[in-house]
Amino acid sequence: MSATVADTHAEHEHHGPVAGWRRWLYATNHKDIGTMYLILSLIMFFVGGVMALIIRTELFSPGLQFVNPAFFNQMTTMHALIMVFGAVMPAFVGLANWMVPLMIGAPDMALPRMNNWSFWILPVAFAMLASTLFMPGGAPASGWTMYPPLVLQTGDAFPFLIFSVHLLGISSIMGAINIIVTIVNMRAPDMSLLKMPMFVWTWLITAYLLLAVMPVLAGAVTMLLTDQFFGTSFFLAAGGGDPVMFQHIFWFFGHPEVYIMILPAFGVVSEIIPTFSRKPLFGHDSMVYAASSIAFLSFIVWAHHMFTTGMPLTGQLFFMFATMLIAVPTGVKVFNWTATMWRGAMSFETPMLFALAFLFLFTIGGFSGLMLAIVPADIQYHDSYFVVAHFHYVLVPGSVFAVMAAVYYWMPKWTGHYYDERMGKLHFWLSTIFVNVTFFPMHFLGLAGMPRRIPDYSTQFADFNSIASIGAIGFGLSQLLFAYNVIQCVRKKGSTATDAVWDQPQGLEWTVPSPAPYHTFETPPTSSVKTTFS
Amino acid sequence: MIRKLCLAALVLLGSTGANADWALNMPKGVTTLSAETYAIHMMVFWWCVAIAVIVFGVMIYSLIRHRKAAGAVPAKFSHSMTAEIIWTTIPIVILLIMTVPSAELLIKLEDSRDPDITVVTTAYQWRWHYAYQGEDVEFFSSLSRTSAAARRKGSGIDPETVDNYLLDVDRPLVVPKGAKVRFLLTSNDVVHAWWVPELSIKKDAIPGFMNETWFKAEVAGVYRGQCAELCGMDHGYMPIVVEVVEPEAYQAWLVNEKDRVAQVAVADGEIR
Repeated sequence: MSATVADTHAEHEHHGPVAGWRRWLYATNHKDIGTMYLILSLIMFFVGGVMALIIRTELFSPGLQFVNPAFFNQMTTMHALIMVFGAVMPAFVGLANWMVPLMIGAPDMALPRMNNWSFWILPVAFAMLASTLFMPGGAPASGWTMYPPLVLQTGDAFPFLIFSVHLLGISSIMGAINIIVTIVNMRAPDMSLLKMPMFVWTWLITAYLLLAVMPVLAGAVTMLLTDQFFGTSFFLAAGGGDPVMFQHIFWFFGHPEVYIMILPAFGVVSEIIPTFSRKPLFGHDSMVYAASSIAFLSFIVWAHHMFTTGMPLTGQLFFMFATMLIAVPTGVKVFNWTATMWRGAMSFETPMLFALAFLFLFTIGGFSGLMLAIVPADIQYHDSYFVVAHFHYVLVPGSVFAVMAAVYYWMPKWTGHYYDERMGKLHFWLSTIFVNVTFFPMHFLGLAGMPRRIPDYSTQFADFNSIASIGAIGFGLSQLLFAYNVIQCVRKKGSTATDAVWDQPQGLEWTVPSPAPYHTFETPPTSSVKTTFS
Repeated sequence: MIRKLCLAALVLLGSTGANADWALNMPKGVTTLSAETYAIHMMVFWWCVAIAVIVFGVMIYSLIRHRKAAGAVPAKFSHSMTAEIIWTTIPIVILLIMTVPSAELLIKLEDSRDPDITVVTTAYQWRWHYAYQGEDVEFFSSLSRTSAAARRKGSGIDPETVDNYLLDVDRPLVVPKGAKVRFLLTSNDVVHAWWVPELSIKKDAIPGFMNETWFKAEVAGVYRGQCAELCGMDHGYMPIVVEVVEPEAYQAWLVNEKDRVAQVAVADGEIR
């Protein structure tokens, strides 16, 4: 039905895409903006990946071979900033731009011009951040956590770091406002809140988290700026300030931030597993409550990143208990996905494979997360490679695999063509094997006593570091397959996709033609919500 | 597959020495509380393994049996209040089981009262300064010369030929066996962290703060660690070496150190 709507308006000059660069620079169409977010994310994924490979190449064997310690620290810092703010977050915002209107039956995002602005800020911010590599003193080298007083030793890059973080924050806040307004106001008439698809739900919760914590990060880095240039002493002990206060403020942002990067991944997996199990999502409502609980708990656990800073005993106990509680709603999610698969009729196309790898490997990251919550043990794990292993398990086979699953899942809808399934599967197996070869040995390194963020190490750590480096290079090269597959799909090299794309998937996005026309749902769909698999 | 291999390897090799090249697990350490920390770590680890076996077992069974290719017909169910209550309650119970010993150990770790020796430790970029309270003994502890020479890019020295590469210092901290040693940690510049895995201690050294921690080593020996908090360019090059010696040897060392300090003071006076 929406196909006919799109067709009758196709000739109307306001409704088709403008030719040339204006289509992109002046973009207000949610699909165009979503595409730009995803392209930016893919580019940043490779830029950050090259930095990771520089790190792993240097760490391949003991002794300094390729880079100096100062540059090594710049690489760890920039790798994290680019992957967090440039690869993972824009990827999910891009998916939200593309899919939220299609999934709720809205014609576009609620605030299309702000949408344009929130995207175009990003390339500017990243250009500014990347330019610091060429400044006197080099790029920021104090870790993405920017702890003072160390961060105040940054060279000329310092104000550029602060302003790019400000810009990234502004972009995220505008993106979040847009998503909230869209979801709250533009749903199909009969789509009540609890009938919303899980991806929409998780993004609604994520958007509120962004709104709550991005201003906190902006405040923290602004205080750094005034400490450096305007004589304040928020974080300087010599002036009566408190360096630990920065860590509290930063992690009050930082812990919800990690859920900002994983909740939309939960949403993606909650879409994909039912489709390929041919069975509705188990416990939809409890999934919503679990995601909301995780979001709430994320605000009261921040100091578990700071167990070695010398907190009072009662503080440590509180943050230990609160952190352990997160295991409960997270467990509910994992059990519900398992119950969704249970007695389904599963098939294993590439999106499902990535979703399954997410399920297994994210759970491993969850286990190490639980271990990290136990304060006496955390005192040993803290700032060691065990932590590096933990957060890479939840971020790479967690968030990044979910993004890849989502791209394979929805790309036929975007382009009208299937990707190369064989290459997709090859990409999956290589990625899954190498991600484990890279990150699993890091658990052992951390337990054996290797601190994180060091450019060189004692010879006892040599063997596992070599294995991790080989895995990293393999993982990096495997991603070229992904890029090639995506490009071929965009160039319409694959077979033509049907409107449903998969075997009876549920959701409004599958009722529009493939490829999705430039404008969809100009009139709201009448019967929007299918709740059962037929 | 790899995960399983690694887990199997971990089980098989869990008891091997911590300094072996393929060390897989946390060292049991040489203090009473480090052994307890290790026990808590293993307890939580085995709980995780047990949960993993069950959850992954169900998933793998489902992946094999409930395949479309195997002729599975999808069921229609989409919720079950009973199941949800069960798998919310059981994790809470398991968490409570983990919580009690963890909290007890944490309370012991925080109890730094009545120390036998207090060492005021000040972190600098990139060395440690130790001052034995009430003993007139203080010194800097920096990366050893051999490691410092080998660590330079293009030094031409193979790290394998350097004893305790990057984990050796010019002047180690010396403490007696069986004594409760309290650390008062602060920093002169940025945030550092004092970490010796075998002693199961990690505490941040923060400018403007005086943090407390302690250990009581039960076994004489040399224990090595590193700065654990990113502190700038040479963060990787500020190791910690603690020599735990018999009490008599410690007393002899103290006398020796005081002599050395006195001689340095005399020499200083002559120069002036």
